[in-house]
Amino acid sequence: MAHALKEPGWYRAALGTVIGAAFGFFLVVGLRLLAGLDAFQTEQTGYPQLVVPLITAPFGFLIGFGAFDYWFRWAAGKPTVPDDHSGHGATRWQDYFTFNTDHKVIGIQYIVTTFFFFFIGGVLALLIRAELAQPGTQVLDANLYNGVFSTHAVVMIFLFIIPMFAGIANYVLPIMIGAPDMAFPRLNALSFWLLPIAGLIFLGSFLAPGGSFDAGWTGYAPLSTGAPVGQSFFNIGVQFAGASSIATAINFLVTIITMRAPGMNLWRMPLLVWANLSTSLLVVGATPFIAGVQFMVFFDRIMGMNFFQFLEGGNVLSYQHIFWFYSHPAVYIMMLPGFGIISEVIATHARKPVFGYRLMALALLGIVVLAYSVWAHHMFVAGMFSWLRVPIMITTLLIAVPTGIKIFSWLGTLFYGKIHTYSTAMLFSLGFIVTFTVGGISGVMLGLVPLDIHMSDTYFVVAHIHFVLFGGSVFTIFAGIYHWFPKMTGRMYDERLGRVHFWGTMIGTWGTFIPQHWIGLDGMPRRVVDYATQYGDWNLVISVFSLVLGLAQLVFLYNMVVSWKWGPKAGDNPWRSKTIEWLVSSPPPTFNFDEIPRVVGGPYEYGTPGARHAIMGGEDAETSVPEPKPSTVAAPS
Amino acid sequence: MPKVPYLKLTLASLAIGAVISVLMLQYDWMGDAASTAAGPIDTLLDWMIVLSSFTFSVVCVFLAYALYRFRVKPGDEGDGLPIHGNTRLEVIWTLIPTVIVLFAGGYSWIVLDEVESKEADPLIVNVYSQQFAWTFGYPGEGNKWSEGEFHVPVDRQVVFKMNAQDVIHSFWVPEWRIKQDNVPGITTDAVITPDREGTFQLVCTELCGAGHATMRATVVVESEQKFNKWLKGLDDTVPEGLYLTADQAIDLQKQIQKNSGGIDGSGIEQTGRKNVTSS
Repeated sequence: MAHALKEPGWYRAALGTVIGAAFGFFLVVGLRLLAGLDAFQTEQTGYPQLVVPLITAPFGFLIGFGAFDYWFRWAAGKPTVPDDHSGHGATRWQDYFTFNTDHKVIGIQYIVTTFFFFFIGGVLALLIRAELAQPGTQVLDANLYNGVFSTHAVVMIFLFIIPMFAGIANYVLPIMIGAPDMAFPRLNALSFWLLPIAGLIFLGSFLAPGGSFDAGWTGYAPLSTGAPVGQSFFNIGVQFAGASSIATAINFLVTIITMRAPGMNLWRMPLLVWANLSTSLLVVGATPFIAGVQFMVFFDRIMGMNFFQFLEGGNVLSYQHIFWFYSHPAVYIMMLPGFGIISEVIATHARKPVFGYRLMALALLGIVVLAYSVWAHHMFVAGMFSWLRVPIMITTLLIAVPTGIKIFSWLGTLFYGKIHTYSTAMLFSLGFIVTFTVGGISGVMLGLVPLDIHMSDTYFVVAHIHFVLFGGSVFTIFAGIYHWFPKMTGRMYDERLGRVHFWGTMIGTWGTFIPQHWIGLDGMPRRVVDYATQYGDWNLVISVFSLVLGLAQLVFLYNMVVSWKWGPKAGDNPWRSKTIEWLVSSPPPTFNFDEIPRVVGGPYEYGTPGARHAIMGGEDAETSVPEPKPSTVAAPS
Repeated sequence: MPKVPYLKLTLASLAIGAVISVLMLQYDWMGDAASTAAGPIDTLLDWMIVLSSFTFSVVCVFLAYALYRFRVKPGDEGDGLPIHGNTRLEVIWTLIPTVIVLFAGGYSWIVLDEVESKEADPLIVNVYSQQFAWTFGYPGEGNKWSEGEFHVPVDRQVVFKMNAQDVIHSFWVPEWRIKQDNVPGITTDAVITPDREGTFQLVCTELCGAGHATMRATVVVESEQKFNKWLKGLDDTVPEGLYLTADQAIDLQKQIQKNSGGIDGSGIEQTGRKNVTSS
């Protein structure tokens, strides 16, 4: 036992958590007693004896778990202990519960963890729909309802969509660019372990005195600065999720910029790599803003600072400016990696190069630039200076242009292809195109100031965000999971169940979110526990379809679990794809390659006989294949 | 290269887009209209519905055709044509959406200027919002004030000066197509010219705590004479800060319940929690 407490692992992590929590607790109580105050402070915005341990305990956990062992030894000048390569990769399920630095293990950890939170967020969504199924308040009281929808949004955004894309890219991207691992494997592992911490903090807020944080995921001041202690859980949880996000983005940037295989110039990168490069540029630039603004709220709450206290000279609106300066780019953080996935899936299953590859990559960068200039379209009725509305409206509308380029280019890819629709990944990609188009259209409507004045903070907005986040991001996540499932597990999932999942999700999504446009335009505000009886019928319809949507996800869960364990062997390249991850075994070997591959052509050279994207090590005999020149291929006129 | 009937596909898209547009335009999506702003805003929505219908139908028609025509034949292991792009096409589908959204933006700008233009001699109404009640003051009319209900005369421009007293609230009368946040610490304003008599709902649309769903007030638009008569009956000793206690707010909510479309005040009653400590 004593030995187990010295080695990094769960025992030492438990000890570290206890020590960390005790340190925070006694620090607060001790300092308060020294200052002649009561040991405990129980104002609803305060509770320092609870909130400070909430910060220190996770650090105790991480130190105990072994996240910092190497760096501590190195910083102290002691001989470092190099990672034991026998412990790299995962051979048993227990290996997924260790501080593992293998990018493929971390990828699986991310994906499984974020799906866990997806189902929790889904249960919260169904609770919301149960309450709203008829007018009046039956299932949840008003406070709990506000807590439930706030947590639903936070869990889905910070613990599902954003980290899920990081997880998929973590697994696939290094192999795609011919790298043995990410640039900073220890930072990568740390990024992952910050996530469950953030998740536990968010969900733990339900146990806090006064209940969960309930000012919405937007946490507008001054509602948030005066709310009960659960709001502090949100302020702190965001720090861990945000740090995870930023560290991962830095890792992706360095990996993509410095670790591409020889021959992979920028214009030979698969579009998933382009998409993650763009996303990472958004994360490193924007995420610090939400971290900062949540600290400001936290300081207002616990230390009585006056960032947003209007009676003390604080500025209420500045919260919204800072918040949306992150949170609008965040919607592209939640969409661009999905664009990358769709490009991979459609090119593979249409057996055709992505149409207008370079413009597709440039469109991603165009969205990155525009994303930083549109934040105030969330504030058209917020009372900000009115001159800003028209310029922000124009930049907002212009984002539709690069987004439209992507939709049309995917359609262009399908034309003259040989479209295979047996794969559930392809079904979700095609379903995404139609569904996301609706979300894009309602986005343009919301971007127009005169319409936004009527529509903002109504169910029309709820419908819009769910069409882009569910019909957009989540559809692309499913496409990616089905596409790379055989690569990650070495086994094939059940396509029949996949089709049931797809159609259930498609019908559920449209049935749930289309009527929300109508009741929103007609006058139903969002974030309400009760509503006028005239909207009762549509809300019942919405709730029934949301149940369909929820049940379809159980089919997915069953399919994934059973296929992972008992599915038929998939082979290395079941989709006959060209990118590098399909040229290694399924699942790929530890460190991915015996020899780093050489990249000799574009990623989507379908239809050009003899054309190759990469030459794997040990294939010297075949290196005489002439490098194809895509530019000589005739374009249709 | 297989022949694709591009002209026919385009015509089919336009035809289907036209059908969707006509169907969608049969319905007043934003409900009844009761202000001069509603006309231009509803027309703008109609334009957007038409443009959106055509966009959606273009995507669907071309996607459906691709799936119908280029679906792989069973047993075919081959690849599609190695087409990497077409500069002319890519320029077209960059420029056309740009023109469309800039048109929508310019048109919106004109509508915005029109609905916000100020007229001479407006009626000034002060709005005070708090968790979870509305109070209204008439500074130009001898400081009359009213709780939970306000009246305005028809066909005269009203300028609302809004003040929130604790957290952010938002002032929305759907029939007027007007919405404006009430922000603590600053005064925001909105202008509107009601052009139809009737009784409407003022809805709070910014999450403001447990009673958010129940935070409503009654809006009455009536003739000048009736309005003046109503105004005369009001109190003119304004209470300090116009701030109600939580109990008063609940009582007020119950009074206006009969006009609230079925929403009772239970949202605030069932949770005795203090929502905001500051201020």
